[in-house]
Amino acid sequence: MIPELGHFALALAVAIAGAQAVLPLWGARARDARLMATAPALAIGQMLALLAAYGCLIWSAVVDDFSVANVAENSNSLKPLIYKITGTWGNHEGSILLWCLILALCGGAVALFGRTLPSSLRARVIGVLGFTSAGFLLFALTTSNPLDRVWPPPIDGRDMNPLLQDPGLAVHPPVLYAGYVGFAIPFAFAVAALLEGRVDAAWGRWVRPWTLAAWSLLTGGIALGSWWAYYELGWGGYWFWDPVENASLLPWLSGTALLHSAIVVEKREALKIWTILLAIGTFSLSLCGTFMVRSGILNSVHTFANDPARGVFILGLLALVIGGSLLLFALRAPVMSATGIFAPISREGALVLNNILLCSICAVVLTGTTYPLFAELLFGAKLSVGPPYFQATVFPLAVPLFLAMSLGPVLPWKRAELWPALLKLWWAALIAAVVGTAAYLGLRASFAAVGFAASAWLIFGSLAELVERTRLFRAPFATFRSRVAAQPLSVWGSAVAHAGMGVTVAGIAGMSLAVSTIVAVHPGETVQLGGYDWTLLALRDDQGPNYTARVADIRVTRNGDDVVTFHPSRRMFTVQKSSVTDTAIQTNGLRDLYAVLGEERDDAAVLRLHVNPLAPWIWFGALVMAAGGVLSLADRRLRVGAPARRAAGVKAGIAS
Amino acid sequence: MNNLQRRALLLAPLGLAAIGGASFWTLLRRMDKGTYDPRGIPSMLLDKPLPRFSLPGQSPSQGFASADVVASGRPALINFFASWCIPCVQEAPVLMALKRQGTPIWGIAYKDKVDATSGFLQQYGDPYTRIARDEPGTVAIDFGLYGVPETYLVDRQGIVRWRWAGGMTDDIARQSLAPLLKSLA
Amino acid sequence: MRFVACLLLSGLLAVPAFAVSDPAELLPDRAQEQRAETLGHQLRCLVCQNESVEESNADLARDLRHIIRQRIVAGDSDQQVIDWMVARYGNFVRLLPPFNAMTVVLWGAPAIAVLAGLLAVLFARMRRPAPPEPLSEAERRRVADLLKS
Repeated sequence: MIPELGHFALALAVAIAGAQAVLPLWGARARDARLMATAPALAIGQMLALLAAYGCLIWSAVVDDFSVANVAENSNSLKPLIYKITGTWGNHEGSILLWCLILALCGGAVALFGRTLPSSLRARVIGVLGFTSAGFLLFALTTSNPLDRVWPPPIDGRDMNPLLQDPGLAVHPPVLYAGYVGFAIPFAFAVAALLEGRVDAAWGRWVRPWTLAAWSLLTGGIALGSWWAYYELGWGGYWFWDPVENASLLPWLSGTALLHSAIVVEKREALKIWTILLAIGTFSLSLCGTFMVRSGILNSVHTFANDPARGVFILGLLALVIGGSLLLFALRAPVMSATGIFAPISREGALVLNNILLCSICAVVLTGTTYPLFAELLFGAKLSVGPPYFQATVFPLAVPLFLAMSLGPVLPWKRAELWPALLKLWWAALIAAVVGTAAYLGLRASFAAVGFAASAWLIFGSLAELVERTRLFRAPFATFRSRVAAQPLSVWGSAVAHAGMGVTVAGIAGMSLAVSTIVAVHPGETVQLGGYDWTLLALRDDQGPNYTARVADIRVTRNGDDVVTFHPSRRMFTVQKSSVTDTAIQTNGLRDLYAVLGEERDDAAVLRLHVNPLAPWIWFGALVMAAGGVLSLADRRLRVGAPARRAAGVKAGIAS
Repeated sequence: MNNLQRRALLLAPLGLAAIGGASFWTLLRRMDKGTYDPRGIPSMLLDKPLPRFSLPGQSPSQGFASADVVASGRPALINFFASWCIPCVQEAPVLMALKRQGTPIWGIAYKDKVDATSGFLQQYGDPYTRIARDEPGTVAIDFGLYGVPETYLVDRQGIVRWRWAGGMTDDIARQSLAPLLKSLA
Repeated sequence: MRFVACLLLSGLLAVPAFAVSDPAELLPDRAQEQRAETLGHQLRCLVCQNESVEESNADLARDLRHIIRQRIVAGDSDQQVIDWMVARYGNFVRLLPPFNAMTVVLWGAPAIAVLAGLLAVLFARMRRPAPPEPLSEAERRRVADLLKS
């Protein structure tokens, strides 16, 4: 019964989405207030319908209803409860439904929190969201319905890939999707602006909170995925530039550019065309990521369903959404005129440079990821483009970007002098130089030295900007105090976010100094690595709810003092007849000790051991970045709405 | 720059997206037809001579060398297999059928223990003219092997003509292999 | 699912001992070992295709690591080792793509992207903004009123 209700709710959602796609846009065109007013109601309706549908899916999984095909294929009565719930999105159909749910939640959010938007803009935004929703819901309902039944129902389910039965990977999809799909809102804003024929400072301000929210979530989602790969997969790395990893990085890069571009639109009414293009492009990249993952077209570990038929449907959807919006862009963009003029050396200039660099990195990653496809198409050749390529091309672009990141915030708008701005950052530059030189001399590793220098520049540069704004040490304490209180939250937010990037860069630099080894060890033997002594105490068996395991007990000491005893293991899952490694990691905040149990031969165990300096900083930095985004979100200025329209005669001529 | 140039520039993103879309669509069609496999690795040995090797035997047979295969004067299949490999079990009947049709199959046991291989052959049948053992797996690497089973078709001059990675099926044997064998006979 | 296959093939089906040497066979010469590790990171593991030969736990990866070290000790240059691998597995095995006619666009991508960005900015700045439309009669009267008051 419940699955039927869910199925019905899904169909209802399709219908509502269809209405949502048509009525508000028509109303905005015809300036019909009543039609425009249907927008929030429809958006909320769709949201509720999809919440119901997804709720029914979760319910079916929790009660082990194996007559639902999705549950039969991916769940099992022995699976722990939490993974029954999170497993609903661990497969193609469920994750598509999650995608649609989040898209509907976006529409609902605009309906609920966008009350201060002018009604025509809000109607158009919700209309565009409805259009996109309708497309994906149709795809879900017709080709990937997780609520389809199977008859007769099997006695027990086939269980989920054991790799997915893990807390990190359980949470990763919703957060990542919230980011991916969240960029649909800026996309909708951009298309709405094109339809209205107007992009102005107010638009720049309205679009920013939504972009910030999506960006923060995407940052978190990517960090979660990378962290999971690190602690679960047991290869000691955290980013392989795998096509699907890149698919999540691409919208992040262009989303970051969008975030900064929107500031210029808001403050100076310039860079309008570029910002609109970025908004369309970011969501397009999200959609392309979806396509690449689900069609199996790329050689990647992550591909769900290698089903070309589904791939064609999604390609069609993409053609409609991306092609349509880019066509609209080509037709309507000339209408938008820039009014702000600025000199090359200015905050706008720095933001333009930031844009160019971020978009270049984005273009490079896109080229590298899709190059094997084009090589196959054009030359029939089978090529690989792997981490060495990306490291060689992205890092040289990232360094000027980091330099600009600390310089931009201290440059004034419109026209500035470079030298006075640099002087404000003198001590940050000094610290960076000292750190870099010390690192190079001490470690003889140029990559790490540059990384640490860049990290110091970013962190202390952010601090320098705050010091500058609050006149610390330059004015009486009372002035400083009042200035601190007066700073809008977005100033703190951006400083925190930039510093967070610095922390991540330090983590990456530290990881480049990691030491590792692979050894065959008998119980009782000790290995030395990275200044620590690793002793294999014992190899034993263990049991879990749906698995058996082989465990190694390893004690790590340093100079005779106990550091940790941990237990890497291999788990064999009985139903799926497959195994998973359970890496053992111990962190003290400054370095990770990392052990993986490999196979066993002649009662020796093959162990992979790592000492990873500053590894936790990579993900901690990402957390700080996301926190900076959230901080900026809370800025009161972003909640200012549209001025109310009074009689035309009074307000006419004053741009709004 | 004038209005026309500007319009052209603004159409560029759409143009790029269109090219991307067309390419993806082409690749999807090829995936459907089977001419594009993102995970497959083409064999580097095609139209090249067999790598030189000499391997010890696996009972009940003696081992063999690459020269032996060429000296046989007939097109032959070289099949890498192992007792621990599940697709090998599935392809065993197909190989037996090929043997009955008179196709010589030279087997190489990859990273397998002598007893395990014997047991495998006893259980699933022995379609091989001769069987050798490649325990270290180095000869397999010379072939560019990346998994078992893999099957290579060698013509009478010792040139590799065809490679199939994965378990042999009746369809593949009929559609791809049979015509080739006929043309090389 | 590819993960599962990969983990299975990396030796969990009780693959018996074989003659390939101990994975702990790091080269005694640090410089050579460093070369071996760098090369290992540039080669794709063909079984676990999203890992490099240096990182993968697969049997084949271990064999290839061993071969890399063997060849380095035998005196091969880095390029020769890569060529040896490519002769058997094709360019697919190279995670660092070669620089040739086919990959010009790939390696030129950063420069092309930055150049394109700068050109776009230049074009935008060269465009003179359109002069504002002349005021209508009513608007001119309002301006006069505002200036007077």
